[in-house]
Amino acid sequence: MQRNPILIVLRTALVATLVAGWLGSIGGTALAIDASEMFADPAKEARARDLGRNLRCLVCQNQSIFDSNAGLAKDLRAVVRERIDAGDSDTQVLDYVAARYGDYVLLGPPVNANTYILWAAPLVLLAAALGLGAAYMRGRSRTVRPVQLTDAERQAAQRILRGDRT
Amino acid sequence: MIVELGHFCLCLALVAAIVQSTVPIWGLRTDSAAAMRVADSAAQVQFLGIAVAFGALIHAFVVSDFSVALVAMGSHSAKPMLYKVTGVWANHEGSMLLWVLILALFGVLIALFGRMIPVTVRSTVLAVQGMIGVGFLLFVVLTSNPFARLANPPVDGQGMNPLLQDPGVAFHPPLLYVSYVGFSTAFSFAVAALILGRVDPAWARWMRPWVLLAWSGLTAGIALGSWWAYYELGWGGFWFWDPVENASFMPWLLGTALLHSAIVVEKRSALLKWTILLAILTFALSLIGTFLVRSGVLSSVHAFATDPERGLFILLLLTIAILGSLALFAWRAQSLTDGGDFAVLSRESGLLVNNILLATACATVFLGTLYPLFLDALTGDKVTVGPPYFNRTFLPLFGVLMLAAGLGPFLAWKRARVQELVRHAMRCAIGTAAVTLGAAIVGGLTDPVGLLGVVIAGWLAVATVLDIARRSGWPGTAPSTALRRLVGLPRSAWGMYIGHAGLAIAAAGVIAISVWRVEAIQVQKPGTPVEVGGYRFTLLEVAQTRGPNYQTSIATVKVEDDSGLITVLFPERRWYPVERQPTTEAGISTRWHGDFYAVLGDPDGSGGFVTRFYFNPGVPWMWFGALLITVSGLISLADRRLRVGAPAGATAPLVQPAE
Repeated sequence: MQRNPILIVLRTALVATLVAGWLGSIGGTALAIDASEMFADPAKEARARDLGRNLRCLVCQNQSIFDSNAGLAKDLRAVVRERIDAGDSDTQVLDYVAARYGDYVLLGPPVNANTYILWAAPLVLLAAALGLGAAYMRGRSRTVRPVQLTDAERQAAQRILRGDRT
Repeated sequence: MIVELGHFCLCLALVAAIVQSTVPIWGLRTDSAAAMRVADSAAQVQFLGIAVAFGALIHAFVVSDFSVALVAMGSHSAKPMLYKVTGVWANHEGSMLLWVLILALFGVLIALFGRMIPVTVRSTVLAVQGMIGVGFLLFVVLTSNPFARLANPPVDGQGMNPLLQDPGVAFHPPLLYVSYVGFSTAFSFAVAALILGRVDPAWARWMRPWVLLAWSGLTAGIALGSWWAYYELGWGGFWFWDPVENASFMPWLLGTALLHSAIVVEKRSALLKWTILLAILTFALSLIGTFLVRSGVLSSVHAFATDPERGLFILLLLTIAILGSLALFAWRAQSLTDGGDFAVLSRESGLLVNNILLATACATVFLGTLYPLFLDALTGDKVTVGPPYFNRTFLPLFGVLMLAAGLGPFLAWKRARVQELVRHAMRCAIGTAAVTLGAAIVGGLTDPVGLLGVVIAGWLAVATVLDIARRSGWPGTAPSTALRRLVGLPRSAWGMYIGHAGLAIAAAGVIAISVWRVEAIQVQKPGTPVEVGGYRFTLLEVAQTRGPNYQTSIATVKVEDDSGLITVLFPERRWYPVERQPTTEAGISTRWHGDFYAVLGDPDGSGGFVTRFYFNPGVPWMWFGALLITVSGLISLADRRLRVGAPAGATAPLVQPAE
């Protein structure tokens, strides 16, 4: 799906940002978020951070844009803040970003044809494991019922209990 | 010269490993006890060879012999001695050498402490260990020679990633390797059982100490890695569902399942085939973990050694080991028959439920970790499977597991009574309700997910305490009698209780930090206070000093509440000139209920600094819980029945009183 020229340009930009982000980190941007980009309203700020934790920093290795100090992460944070200011709901913000950067940007994979297996698997596996476990348990417990003695055995046992060994 | 001696001894160890993996098997075929006993001495020679090689490499690092490529790449003469030594395994070649060293060490331990194990079983186990050793020694010798020399040695080394110059991460790899290799021992016992066609309670008893050791090491290793991320990476996170974290977490999940299923084998001679399969799969996941980290297939912060050729070699080893053992399992498992029967409601079925949930949880983590690879390979589409996925799938499974773990120990072996279980569950429910109400009222907790978390952690804690009380007979007996009974409980029972309590405490810590954490990020001028959830953080000054191999800015941050000074924090920002890399060192002060946590950022150019302050509630509980879980394994390890030689010929299921 991702084979068009815009994406190639985007990818080149990503590499450039990666290098820039690396240089930036050498120069010493220690903290991901700096105060200049924050909302004054704490509720909006909390939303922005929660959303930031659900978006992947595309040039980093398994970091959210909230945690990353790369330039691209900073830009994405700005996008999120813009959308919150524009009055978008949380899902609208995520959809907006995903529409531009692809599902790859979402740390929580969306439910679609690509991910049905992923999302269904835990339940299917649990059901299968429970089924196998139940089958095993039935096999085990069938024989656990109290053993019924035959009359002859009962008499033999009583003889032994009386101490009569003949 | 010492370096060449090391290289030579490594090759010698390879020869010993080849002997160890072949001669005992030949002895088994020809029924020659002498040939079987060769395994013991071969294991010792193999260990000595690798130990000398490892010692030679440590020596090269300690004296900073930069003619050795590895030392020149990963060390520096100005580095503190501790990190010169730990630098030995902070790179691919050295860490693989450490891997084979620990493998050989376990082999020797089996040879020395396994005297009560019959020679046929012991030598077969050692032969399988030897095969693993051959594979990995070949890998080291052929693709990852740690002793390669440089033709033109540099004047000084290139230094080591400063993030790794830290006591927490320095001992993280050895602990992980102890556990991976410990699981290799369980694997060897499983394969030996398949070769010999015999599994009995004694077999589970022989295997148990190695599994316990491995599991404790893995718990400690994971906790140490998580602790390191918490204070070193500077944003107070402790678990990221990073592929490499998952790679060590999956063997932990299956290893935990193995620990529990082996109890059923030992006590009741049931779940035999499943336990063997688990032992194989746990080690397989350890190998897969090594493969994922070493090959760089999944890009992640840990991939400091990415090399496709080595990845291919490990993939080959992995395929041979996993497919070979699974084929052996398919071929031989038919001959194993389960012994003890049990009712639907019994300790056995409780442990079976434990295994079902843990195996499903592990499969979920496995799928989530590798799904992006599968999807990319099949369709070319890219998808990210991050924390939100694992939080929604793994956590519910684990929650149910913890609820079950509360009731499991209460169930009697073979057949438990429904009425008693219901009565016990009612008591636990009342206790849990009290705990949850307390959290809601005192902690002001209204978030439903947070409350659910409190219910789960509270349930496991209450159930564990009530079960201990039941075992002591208190109330209902005199306190002195109750105490005597508690002291008399087997160590394995205490291991179980402490492990479960540790899990409850760690879970409570995780819930606390995710619900009650407060943070503040700002530009701050020295002298101005910042309010963080009822605490006042004041930046007093920022001073410049030097460490042994870095420059650093240390801030002094005062933390107060209304009743006065609480603590002073010293967050640092270090600069390592050799490696040209900065690191952050968080300033942390721990109280019983949480951590005060401060991070220093850059100056803003006009006398202010970017600062981040947190109050992280529950974090000390997390580490304490992890410590309890680690210790619980060691306590079980000290159980009397593991030390006393198990009856060698016990093939009949041993019916033992419930614990």
